[in-house]
Amino acid sequence: MTDINQNDVAPPSAIARMFKNFLLIRESPIAMFGFALIMMWVILAILAPVLPLYDPNTPLEPFKFPLSAARDGGHYWLGTDHKGRDILSRVIFGAQTVLVWATLATGVAYIVGMFMGVVAGYLGGWWDEVISFVSNVLLSFPVIVLYIIIITYLGATGFNIVLAVTFASAPGIMRIVRGLVLDLRTRDYIFAAQTRGESPMYIMLVELLPNARGPLIVDACLRLGYTTITIAMLGYLGLGLPPPDPDWGKMIAETQPLGSFAGHMAVVPAAAISSLVLGFNLLADGLREISMRD
Amino acid sequence: MEQTPILECRNLCISYATRGGEIPAVIDFNMTVMPGQGVGIVGESGCGKSTVALAIMQYLGSNGYIKSGEIFFHGRDMRTMSEEELRSIRGSKIAMIYQEPMASLNPSMKIGEQLAEVPLFHEDVTRAEAMQRALELLEAVKLPDPKRIMDAYPHQISGGQQQRVVIAMALLSKPDLLLLDEPTTALDVTVERGIVELVKEISAEFGTSMIYISHNLGLILDTCDRVTVMYSGEAVEDGTVNEVFDDMYHPYTSGLFASIPLPGADKNERPLVPIPGQLPLPHQRPRGCFFGPRCAFFKDGTCNTDKVNMRSVTGQEGHTVRCARFEDIDWSEGDHAAVTVKSVKSGKVVLKVRNMKKYYEIRSSSILSMIRGDAVKTVKANENINFDAREAETVAIVGESGCGKSTFAKVLMGLEEATDGEVILNGEDLAHVSVQKRKARTVGHLQMVFQNPFDTLNPSHSVGSQIARVIRKFGVEKDPEKVRAKVNELLDLVKLPRDFAHRRPRQLSGGQKQRIGIARAFAGNPALVVADEPVSALDVSVQAAVTGLLTEIQNDLRSTLLFISHDLSVVRYLSDRVVVMYLGHIVEQGTTDEVFSPPYHPYTEALLSAVPIADTSVEQKQIILEGDIPSAVNPPPGCPFQTRCQRKIGSICETELPPMKEFKPGHHILCHLDEDVFADMEPVIVMHEKGEAVTVS
Amino acid sequence: MLILASRRFLSMALIMVIVSFTLFAIFESDKLAVAGKVLGPYSNTEQRELWLEQNGYNEPFLERYVTWVGNALTGDFGNSIQYKSPVADILWPRLGNTAILAGLYMLFMIPISLTLGVIAGMKEGSLQDRAVSIGSVLTTSVPEFASATFFSAIFVFWLGWLPGTSAMTGGFNWAEIFLPVFVLVVYGFGYTARMTRASMAEVMTSHYIRTAVLKGIPYRRVIMKHALRNALIAPFTVIILQLNWLLSGVIVVEVFFAYKGFGKLLLDAALFGDIYVIEACTLIAVFVAVFSQFISDIGYTLLNPRIRFT
Repeated sequence: MTDINQNDVAPPSAIARMFKNFLLIRESPIAMFGFALIMMWVILAILAPVLPLYDPNTPLEPFKFPLSAARDGGHYWLGTDHKGRDILSRVIFGAQTVLVWATLATGVAYIVGMFMGVVAGYLGGWWDEVISFVSNVLLSFPVIVLYIIIITYLGATGFNIVLAVTFASAPGIMRIVRGLVLDLRTRDYIFAAQTRGESPMYIMLVELLPNARGPLIVDACLRLGYTTITIAMLGYLGLGLPPPDPDWGKMIAETQPLGSFAGHMAVVPAAAISSLVLGFNLLADGLREISMRD
Repeated sequence: MEQTPILECRNLCISYATRGGEIPAVIDFNMTVMPGQGVGIVGESGCGKSTVALAIMQYLGSNGYIKSGEIFFHGRDMRTMSEEELRSIRGSKIAMIYQEPMASLNPSMKIGEQLAEVPLFHEDVTRAEAMQRALELLEAVKLPDPKRIMDAYPHQISGGQQQRVVIAMALLSKPDLLLLDEPTTALDVTVERGIVELVKEISAEFGTSMIYISHNLGLILDTCDRVTVMYSGEAVEDGTVNEVFDDMYHPYTSGLFASIPLPGADKNERPLVPIPGQLPLPHQRPRGCFFGPRCAFFKDGTCNTDKVNMRSVTGQEGHTVRCARFEDIDWSEGDHAAVTVKSVKSGKVVLKVRNMKKYYEIRSSSILSMIRGDAVKTVKANENINFDAREAETVAIVGESGCGKSTFAKVLMGLEEATDGEVILNGEDLAHVSVQKRKARTVGHLQMVFQNPFDTLNPSHSVGSQIARVIRKFGVEKDPEKVRAKVNELLDLVKLPRDFAHRRPRQLSGGQKQRIGIARAFAGNPALVVADEPVSALDVSVQAAVTGLLTEIQNDLRSTLLFISHDLSVVRYLSDRVVVMYLGHIVEQGTTDEVFSPPYHPYTEALLSAVPIADTSVEQKQIILEGDIPSAVNPPPGCPFQTRCQRKIGSICETELPPMKEFKPGHHILCHLDEDVFADMEPVIVMHEKGEAVTVS
Repeated sequence: MLILASRRFLSMALIMVIVSFTLFAIFESDKLAVAGKVLGPYSNTEQRELWLEQNGYNEPFLERYVTWVGNALTGDFGNSIQYKSPVADILWPRLGNTAILAGLYMLFMIPISLTLGVIAGMKEGSLQDRAVSIGSVLTTSVPEFASATFFSAIFVFWLGWLPGTSAMTGGFNWAEIFLPVFVLVVYGFGYTARMTRASMAEVMTSHYIRTAVLKGIPYRRVIMKHALRNALIAPFTVIILQLNWLLSGVIVVEVFFAYKGFGKLLLDAALFGDIYVIEACTLIAVFVAVFSQFISDIGYTLLNPRIRFT
């Protein structure tokens, strides 16, 4: 303790506290590395319009290998594809697509899954029976079947992909949250809130959910990685977002048959996906390790 | 001829390697265990007592290590032994009994199998012989139906039985040394008594030496010849039990004794004296004496300079003390603020409980029970609860697990509805009004202090905001400025600095959290506060302070306190009236004096006999109850206590619920015993002073 | 035990009913659209009405559903629009091919991941633990379509050791099945390995392992007899439930290597709008998933005495 009169110390603001918590990831090199990978893609995606790149959809010179010189004096750093589009530009603009939709889809799935989980776990009884049964039904679909049905039935749009990811992920999130809540609800502070007559909504949102955040943040990172894979996979299978915007999965699908003489066309987007997913997975791993220490 | 000690620890230093560097857990520890001797290690949580035991077993985990010093077993340094030598000693020469019996047994292996492993791997026996030995040991630890238990999985038997299995496992190859690490902490008092008796009997029979680790001074007195008191990683006092208990020299030892409610303690004449402050964290230990900052006899320049060594007390060979100035201490000075419990005159009746019943229905989903038609079972958690509590009065509800005290608290707080009967608070019947339907004022008038300090506060919110929420919720204040002022006022009330409002619960110690819990309960000027084992999870030295604070505030505000506890010593010290519960029934109630002196209900009698008392001048009558507490799902017919009763008179106990007999106005006992049996009962706790027996309770 | 099995069985049947009903409602409640799919976009309304009449589509919805389920149970899934032949004739051979793929995957994945997981979890924080952990994070970060790209670039185009497609035109061929299985195992083993590691590490810090060690029984026996049994309960359920996720990888791999399997059939049907094939494939996929859940539940109960005897 210092000699400063503690009464004069202002309470730390919520933002300052969040920032301080965030700095904890410095404790884990793994988490830092993962975070750096993600940030690299995020920054590239944000800066894409102002970076000196060729237009991702304009055919220039087909089948150029990486580092080859362009007709206008520039370079195709990562080569061009079979239609002559600049791969570097397509990969960076492709990052925009995948980051936006993966974050959106995971976010929506989380909101739905968390709400289902906290209601099922805290209110119990019929709520639990119904929510758990619906989840079980959804979980009994192999995820890919769920995607195929929703997307062939409703069409391949961004919104439908968000919907499909929500249907596929929310039950899993619900199970995790429900499990956490079943444990947390036996704590004395929940009992205390009940004995002062708090409404179930207040208890669920203010007393329970904030305490479940640790494992959920880790899970959310993993799920972001998985959703990234899903979106790229749907693109690869021809169920992804409609053209012409670049999509990593579709880039692989289009150029994979040409691998025998221009392998880089598929390898580059494959490496892009892997690095982003690796970023999410490493961050999750590092965060879990940090949270286990306390 | 000099005997060689079984075990000797010399200048033992044990550390843990962490990210923040080395953390010394045990410093300069010495101990000698002679054949047949029982040595106790006593101390509060974090003092390093369990680390010593694990170091003796050479099992410190991946980050713990013995930094320096030696451990000799039969004269051989265990640190030089190979892994194979250690293996051959573990389980055969040194055996250990653990704190949590359930966790210590493999959940997916039959008990017989787990027991038989010991002889199979230490002696040259066949499987059949090993199983036979296991069965014999199960009989020796007095388990009912040992054949069935051999074939059972750990989760199929009760906690007390599990601990007996662990004891049997430890004794299977007749070890020379038995390590007991808080072996009864997880058990009920009456079950604990049985286990302790068993341990004493068996160690006497086999001549086994024991190291008994406990935070409970009473248990050490009961089981050991010598005792080492530990504080913050160091032994601070070491000697025979009589030397340390009657003629202690270290201020921490004497502080410890002053802070536990012994039968000799009295609200007025010998009040409890808490030790101020709290145990330092290992990396925040002060210079010199670790106890210095909390010590009433601290002397600048003496106590905070050099490392303090153990020194012998003159005239008492073998009695050593780690205090720089124990010879100079004048025990009459340096008085800490005592916990004073003023005798307050109780007022009008605040709470009236009449014929309250709470039944639960459990549905069994097995087809068999569906066929039999008993798919729905009724659990009678509370049966015919009747009692009153007056203004400013402290009423204790005493009982072990499954007695229904928690259910009663839930009904009172409105989290469950009573099945029948009335619960009247200030004239308002709340038995069937859930907390959601109660008025804010009513809710504020009836509050609770919870048991576990570690989850009484929500870890996600600051302390201040949690208190403020209560203030607004009870409609005490609405204006933000006034709410803040009230938060400060409450922090003052529980004697915590005001800046604690900005802190997070994890920055607080257990005792401080419990103080916040008390502040929260008293935010709405409650008429009645229910305290559910409010100090049982705290360290002994902190317990007294928190208990004192609770009763002081209650006295000042003239609130009624319902004190739920299993600890009869605290109850006797604090409460005005006592309600004893067993399996959902009130078996006895009356004023504290009436309940603690004859005539007793046989269960009260057994409870009093079971409580470990850390006072050499006290003699307790030995009553050991058979078996475990029956499950509330399947209670025995007739008297609830008949399966374990030491005074059972016959078939009437098994068939008829006993009548509630009134001995004095307000003193009731639920029992079939005859009047003259009650009249002949002798006091359980007798205190000897200057050679003559004086009854204190 | 029997009670539990029958209860699980009932819930399994209930889920199948709900799933099949939902499927039927999605794909066949709009009769005209069905006729349009079957007869092609250039058919006129009268032709469609006529087709509907002939094929019993004018019965009430529920009746049609019951008939449909009855047919499906006897193996009659209707005729494929794309291939103009009974769905069953195409489906079963394809399913067989996928079963080979999945079977080989399990054959390699299970021992690899369990061994690695146990080795890593035995000593938390050790070198082998870190190696397994980091290795499995790396491999689970590279989805099948990406790793297939990398591995074909290396083994097919650069080294020329393996064929790039697995159409099996000349009958079953080990060289052709190698890459698809390899790709699946590389992506799939990490999850189970990490699960096993976590479970093993938890068991190793448990008090009953401490009891076993301090009982003085040999370390080998502590691991084999006390730790493994308890540590493998969780991975067991995960392995079986993996079937659910495996299908995604199977589809990708089948598409990538042009392997004639069930996944490729489903995907092609979805892209073509071949509703009877989609229905059949989905029913089979869900049945396999639900049945594996059933097996996993029963197995979990059998492995765990704490649940078995209560």
